[in-house]
Amino acid sequence: MNAFLYANAWLIITVAKVALLLFIVLTVNAYLTWFERKVVAHIQSRWGPHRVGPHGLLQPMADGLKFLFKEDPTPAGVDRFVYFLAPLLALALALTSIAIIPFGPDPLPWKILGQTIYLGILPPNVNIGILALFAITALGVYGVALAGWSSNSKYPLLGGLRSSAQMISYELALTLSVVGVLLIAGSFNLTEIINDQTSRYGILGWNIFPQFLGFICFFIAAVAETNRVPFDLPEAESELVAGFHTEYASFKFAMFFIAEYTSMITVSCLCAILFFGGWLSPFPASWTWTYYLPTVLLLPAGLWVIWDGLRYETIFGKAILPGIGAVMCILAIALVIFPGVNNFIQAPFWLLSKIFVFLFVYVWMRGTLPRLRYDQLMAFGWKMLLPVSIANVVITSFAILRWGAIK
Amino acid sequence: MTAPLIIFFVLATLAVGGALSLIFQKHPIHSALSLIVVMVALAGLYLLLGAEFVAAVQIIVYGGAIMVLFVFVIMLLNAGIEEHTNFSKLAGFPGLLLAFALTGFIAATIARSTDTVQAAAQPGNMVSTRDLSTMIFKDFVYPFELTSFLILVAVLGAIVLAQRETKP
Amino acid sequence: MIPTNYYIVLSAILFGLGVLAFIFKRNIISIFMSIELMLNAVNLAFVAFSQAMHKLDGQVFVLFVIVVAAAEAAVGLAIIILTARNRQSLNVERVDLLKL
Repeated sequence: MNAFLYANAWLIITVAKVALLLFIVLTVNAYLTWFERKVVAHIQSRWGPHRVGPHGLLQPMADGLKFLFKEDPTPAGVDRFVYFLAPLLALALALTSIAIIPFGPDPLPWKILGQTIYLGILPPNVNIGILALFAITALGVYGVALAGWSSNSKYPLLGGLRSSAQMISYELALTLSVVGVLLIAGSFNLTEIINDQTSRYGILGWNIFPQFLGFICFFIAAVAETNRVPFDLPEAESELVAGFHTEYASFKFAMFFIAEYTSMITVSCLCAILFFGGWLSPFPASWTWTYYLPTVLLLPAGLWVIWDGLRYETIFGKAILPGIGAVMCILAIALVIFPGVNNFIQAPFWLLSKIFVFLFVYVWMRGTLPRLRYDQLMAFGWKMLLPVSIANVVITSFAILRWGAIK
Repeated sequence: MTAPLIIFFVLATLAVGGALSLIFQKHPIHSALSLIVVMVALAGLYLLLGAEFVAAVQIIVYGGAIMVLFVFVIMLLNAGIEEHTNFSKLAGFPGLLLAFALTGFIAATIARSTDTVQAAAQPGNMVSTRDLSTMIFKDFVYPFELTSFLILVAVLGAIVLAQRETKP
Repeated sequence: MIPTNYYIVLSAILFGLGVLAFIFKRNIISIFMSIELMLNAVNLAFVAFSQAMHKLDGQVFVLFVIVVAAAEAAVGLAIIILTARNRQSLNVERVDLLKL
């Protein structure tokens, strides 16, 4: 048994990492739906889910149970193979794109089964990191197009064709807006792009300052690519019934849902990595007192969760919430006591905070902006975003030619 | 049976299986999906050969753009299952035989060669994108600019051809 | 490691299957897809030889083949749309007379 483990160590570690990452991503997806409903509700001056568990925290569980137990009819006349393939494809591609993202620069300080464990499934020497992400995004069009076509119905077909045409159009602007970052960093490797943004002054080294136009183009194109507001006409309820996933019921609809939120997470990761320094701290490296920021954030939050949980009368509120709060407080104190752990946790902490900020911006846009009409959407993609992306590439190239690599 | 050899056989089976499925499926959308499987398998083979940039470009351009175009056209033209025709089965048999003969001839000629082509495949020899792009922009810059012109001509041609005729 | 011959034999098999598909399919779009299959088989041969000889020319040529295939697919599909509009059918056996 031991010999088997050591002989195939790399495979076993990778499978374990994939399982762990899948579990984490699916849980984050579930609570992202809770987060979105709460934030959109508060923007609209109402409460959102607050009955199912304290603060509605058990709502995703209830939704998950609903998806499992609801009837899953297959409409007549569908092309069965393609009908079942489409949500599978969308989900598989969305989840695969998380595998490419590195979550931290250093491996874990101890070796498991003789292998160094990096934070992230692919090792950091993958030289085509971001190109592989674009490849997966390019294949993501199929999930939508095939779902729309195989449903054997008018609204899904229209929604599917419109949605996939939109995704293809904005894919061009997406890939071109990143070229500026690639020119500055000189590599496709995500780890190298982040390391290229280090500077003595912390935040001033980030790619957002030379590439502000690129970031705007990338963010708008990515929002259009993931079919979110304000670009979600093809799947909006008031326009096309539900667009390409009209004929999909419980579990297959859940697969599309998870695919959409996972691609939101991937886009937030990419924004953070490409333009906002990834896991780099915004403070200069010489300010080591900022290393206590996770503790300073966790301790009051943990205490508030304990206090809030004690106000509830239900078992969940009285027992589990203070338990979660206690874990947060213990974690905060442990970070102060063990400086090694604190140093290690800085990089993932900053990356996760930036991802959280971008997810908040995504949800904020959903609650605030109206929808673009389809022809306005396509005109914007082709006539405004694509020329601006190309102009960004040209300006960046001239700047590099004139002043050497920017830094 | 080293790991790269196993991966090669898996990808090769996937590619040949996809190609066979392309021939035997009746609905063009299933043929298109089989072709996408072939292309992804070939991208995996390019990665095995150390051509990572070509693998990524294969998926992005071939799998993500050209095949999407095919799938769109199949959807827009509402292509259905192929009809049964009175195609002569007798003439099909020599065609099959000749295709096998062509394949066998090509394969046997190359497989029997014993010079430097045989032994040179080395593992882990990833070609860097930097070298590839240096070669494109230094030695092959003229064909590169010509292909951009070619794409422009193709786009214009496709737009002009597929327009609906406006009655004057 | 993996001898180059294996890749070339696979490329030949794929090319042969592409030829078979070209001969036996009746839908014009399927025939066009078999052309793409043949181009892909040739690309595999290019990359395999490029790796074997340690020169990059093969991979550069593969990039050009992909670009040309994209251009050809665009124009070819436009022609197919026109033909389908005029003849109301995607069967090549109905496009055998110059007269509509």
